[in-house]
Amino acid sequence: MALLRRQLAEEREDTGALLELRDVAKEFLTRRQRTKAIDHISMRVQNGEFVCIVGPSGCGKSTLLNIVAGLEHPSAGRVLFDGRPIVRPGAERVVVFQEPALYPWLNVRANVEMGLKIAGRNGADRKRLAERYIELVNLKRFSKAYMHELSGGMRQRVQLARALAVEPRMLLMDEPFAALDAQTRDVLQQELQEIWARTGATVLFVTHNVREAAILGDRVFVMTPAPGRLKREIGVDLPRPRSPDSHAVVDLAARIRAELEHDIYAVPSPEDSYAI
Amino acid sequence: MPFRVLRVVLFYLALLGLWQVVAMLHVWPKYVLPPPNEVWDSFWTYLRSGRITDAVEISMRRLLIGYFIGLVAGVLIGMAMANWKWVDETLGSAVLGLQSLPSVTWVPLAVIWFGINDKAIIFVVVMGSVASIAISARSGMQQMPPIYKRAALTMGASRLQTARYVQLPALLPSMTQGLKLGWSFAWRSLMAAELIVATVSLGQLLDLGRSLNDMSLVLAVMLVIVAIGLFVDFLVFGRIERFVQERWGLAT
Ligand SMILES: Nc1ncnc2c1ncn2[C@@H]1O[C@H](COP(=O)(O)OP(=O)(O)OP(=O)(O)O)[C@@H](O)[C@H]1O
Ligand SMILES: [Mg+2]
Repeated sequence: MALLRRQLAEEREDTGALLELRDVAKEFLTRRQRTKAIDHISMRVQNGEFVCIVGPSGCGKSTLLNIVAGLEHPSAGRVLFDGRPIVRPGAERVVVFQEPALYPWLNVRANVEMGLKIAGRNGADRKRLAERYIELVNLKRFSKAYMHELSGGMRQRVQLARALAVEPRMLLMDEPFAALDAQTRDVLQQELQEIWARTGATVLFVTHNVREAAILGDRVFVMTPAPGRLKREIGVDLPRPRSPDSHAVVDLAARIRAELEHDIYAVPSPEDSYAI
Repeated sequence: MPFRVLRVVLFYLALLGLWQVVAMLHVWPKYVLPPPNEVWDSFWTYLRSGRITDAVEISMRRLLIGYFIGLVAGVLIGMAMANWKWVDETLGSAVLGLQSLPSVTWVPLAVIWFGINDKAIIFVVVMGSVASIAISARSGMQQMPPIYKRAALTMGASRLQTARYVQLPALLPSMTQGLKLGWSFAWRSLMAAELIVATVSLGQLLDLGRSLNDMSLVLAVMLVIVAIGLFVDFLVFGRIERFVQERWGLAT
């Protein structure tokens, strides 16, 4: 009973942020070894923000995102969403995966409707919302197409529409454009900026592409190599929409890259392990 | 396309011709290898008397009911085996054991438990098909890209919703062969059971042919069974395969 009361008391905490991570760490135990994927991660994300996380491959970016998604549990630390601990995945935090995580037996519209079906929305609602978001990602002509008939870029648009359709409070994007060619990537980055401006979504966006972070982020966190820690936070105060070739974006990208490379080439010093 | 159809027709005509010639050479007496025209006569006689249609109706009903139960139970068991380790270790081993057991061995028990009736035969059909379907469902679940489930979970799906909306349809391509296998096991079980449990049925017509030494009846019934098999293969499994190719894009 006392325990239950304590849990209830813990239920809602006013953190003043939509998402708060406090000293989060994650260790994977496999048969042979333990891998520390991330360590000492503390950060806050406010409502409506676009936050990018940049880090070298294997530094634990996906791990971090999956913890926020509720798909993984942290080994230490606390993760609060709207003041409540995250215990399981939920439609208020939808993930857009790097690989096209779409259902091949459903057409574009039925894929986009899936989250709404899960939420128990009726057919008319589903249709209306699905159509709205399919139009938003410029796929109207393809709403009857099946997944194998779409290009990689189009598939990621479907994933984005599917995630937006459930109107999550936070969108979690795990290198959604990493597998695309440079041009498609440019186009989708521009589109994402527009969509973000129109929907006012809160986005946590993981990437290893510094230019992408510079174009999209309100704030950019730079991570250290494994075990990943937050090394630097860079506030981005550039007007939107940002073009990938503008000087400001190129300069910023160079700054982020310098932070990353410092880690890749330098022997890690104790200083590096401090979170922002 | 027309050429392919022609080729198939020619093949069967040639087969029929060969059979007729061999039969006419009287290498074997007529009651051992009756010529095609006698098989046809026999088929026609039994069809007109309604015995073939009755038998087909009754046998198909048993087969469909038995296969349907085997299908539903098999898919559920297979999914449960893939989902929970303890189910796999307990029920899973029983399913493996069941698969190595020829379904005809269930006939004596079935007769004692249910009597000489439809239920006994349906039971044998279920026991004959459920294991192969369960095993196929289990391996289909294991081959399924884990991202399907993760995507459903992040959209807030419960376990049941994930199973129903995502895992069940996603099983289709990997299970097409398993469904066919289950169907052919169901047929075998049906025939084995019907040969022993004598009630009006295709199996009983076969047995009648044997006891009357009427091989043209036996062959006529065998051809009816083959025809039904091809029909179902084309109509049901062919349709499933085309659906999978269309949706998953595995075509040629
Ligand atoms: N399920 C798991 N079991 C064991 N180790 C894991 C698991 N998931 C991730 N790891 C390990 O954790 C570390 C971080 O992995 P993670 O996938 O989060 O990196 P990442 O930054 O997303 O890399 P990338 O940029 O290549 O996607 C890696 O060393 C990885 O091997
Ligand atoms: Mg990753």
